[in-house]
Amino acid sequence: MFTKLRPYWSLIKSLQTGLLLSTGLAGYMSARCPVFNLGTMVGLSVSLFLSISGSTILNMWWDRDIDAMMKRTQKRPLASGQIVPIGALRLGLLLSLLGVGLAVAMDALYGLIIFAGIFFDVVIYSMWLKRRTAWGIVWGGISGGMPILAGRVLGYGGFDWIGITLSLGILFWIPTHILTFSMKYFSDYKAADIPTFPSAYGFHITRIAIAVSSVLASLAMGFASYGIGMTIGYLRVLIVLSIGLLSLAVMSVFKPTERTNFGLFKYASVYMLSSMILMMV
Amino acid sequence: MRISVLDRILLLVTGLLAAYQIAFGIDGSLNLPVIAYTIAFGVLLIAGLLLIILGFDVLEAPAVVIVSTLIPLSLATGLVWEYLPSFRAIYLDFALIGLVAIIVTRSFPMPGKLPTIVLALIHGVAGMTIFLLPIIFAILGEAEPGFAFVGIGGALIGVGGLLLAFLKSGKPILSQKFILTVLPGLLLLMTLCFVIGFKAG
Repeated sequence: MFTKLRPYWSLIKSLQTGLLLSTGLAGYMSARCPVFNLGTMVGLSVSLFLSISGSTILNMWWDRDIDAMMKRTQKRPLASGQIVPIGALRLGLLLSLLGVGLAVAMDALYGLIIFAGIFFDVVIYSMWLKRRTAWGIVWGGISGGMPILAGRVLGYGGFDWIGITLSLGILFWIPTHILTFSMKYFSDYKAADIPTFPSAYGFHITRIAIAVSSVLASLAMGFASYGIGMTIGYLRVLIVLSIGLLSLAVMSVFKPTERTNFGLFKYASVYMLSSMILMMV
Repeated sequence: MRISVLDRILLLVTGLLAAYQIAFGIDGSLNLPVIAYTIAFGVLLIAGLLLIILGFDVLEAPAVVIVSTLIPLSLATGLVWEYLPSFRAIYLDFALIGLVAIIVTRSFPMPGKLPTIVLALIHGVAGMTIFLLPIIFAILGEAEPGFAFVGIGGALIGVGGLLLAFLKSGKPILSQKFILTVLPGLLLLMTLCFVIGFKAG
């Protein structure tokens, strides 16, 4: 049973799903106390988990041909033939439908944002733009910002500047994460003929783009955290973590090495997770 | 040398303690000490995270000497500002000039042993300040006895600084393996002493 299920579990990219889920929870908790809204918290967690997992599986299903060409991804269950494509497609659609269905049942606007996140990620980003332009990641970034916006909207009861700024924080953070990744696996993307920033504009421009997006992500998270009313102590921690992110981004521009690039890629994830934890507590 | 799981756990706890200190441990202080302590514990937090992510290789970066200077210099400045008001200006001047001197001597070619002498002088004064000031104030009764833990943390930071200096000089008196084995534990113990000491003080 466990052996049969394991390939399906790896389809959902549990770490990435967990990180995005944490942004949704942070968005909600930035407006509401989780203890007094336990039922909503559970609904939020389940609907986000189903939706994010569903869209991730649909992406994997769509990209299985290019995954098979890339060294890093060719052992993925769909690319390696461990799972039949139609099974993955059905599972992806089922999880997405369940996630959106639950979200709509909880709150129509919340459900609409969750649906938009899946649509931008699967249709606009993966199916339409990913293989055509390096700028497709902007749409990947927009869909990445949807869980935190959805969480905030559900907690606050509508759109506000904090929710928008939080999702901008994620949007600007995504390039730091994805562009360092596309430099690390440059030859893989080249082999699969996927346009990336490094292949379209070169490594130096890509590093500058990472540095600029890191600055913008830090500013957005800082403003949003201030708006939420984060205590001065937590703000200090956030500032320190932001300075770490900016320092690594600047280092990667002026003293680029493989190690700095990898450090920035990993640190960006730690930064985002830490920011979310600070907002939650 | 590869970083072990235990090392990562020790460094994570160090980072969490540093984050706790930044968030909760320095609220009652005056403005400049808040900034100084935030810099010191912030460097510890970021250093802990980078060691976890990149392993001990990160210690080979030339900037490590400069960045690690920030910890004792800013801690000492914060302590002097809080507890020795008459020395505020002179100590702040010393810290700023000292930091610039270390940046300059580590960034440009310098004659003989000048970079080492500058580093030893700045680290020595800052280290002795962190070591002696809290202990003396605790003994004199001008601070709670627990404040002496900051001094113990100061002694540990001195040991850590020496070990790193030996390691970076290429002629360590202790083996590289030994230094890297004790470093995460030493950093944790030092941070713990600071957190306990500042809470008491």
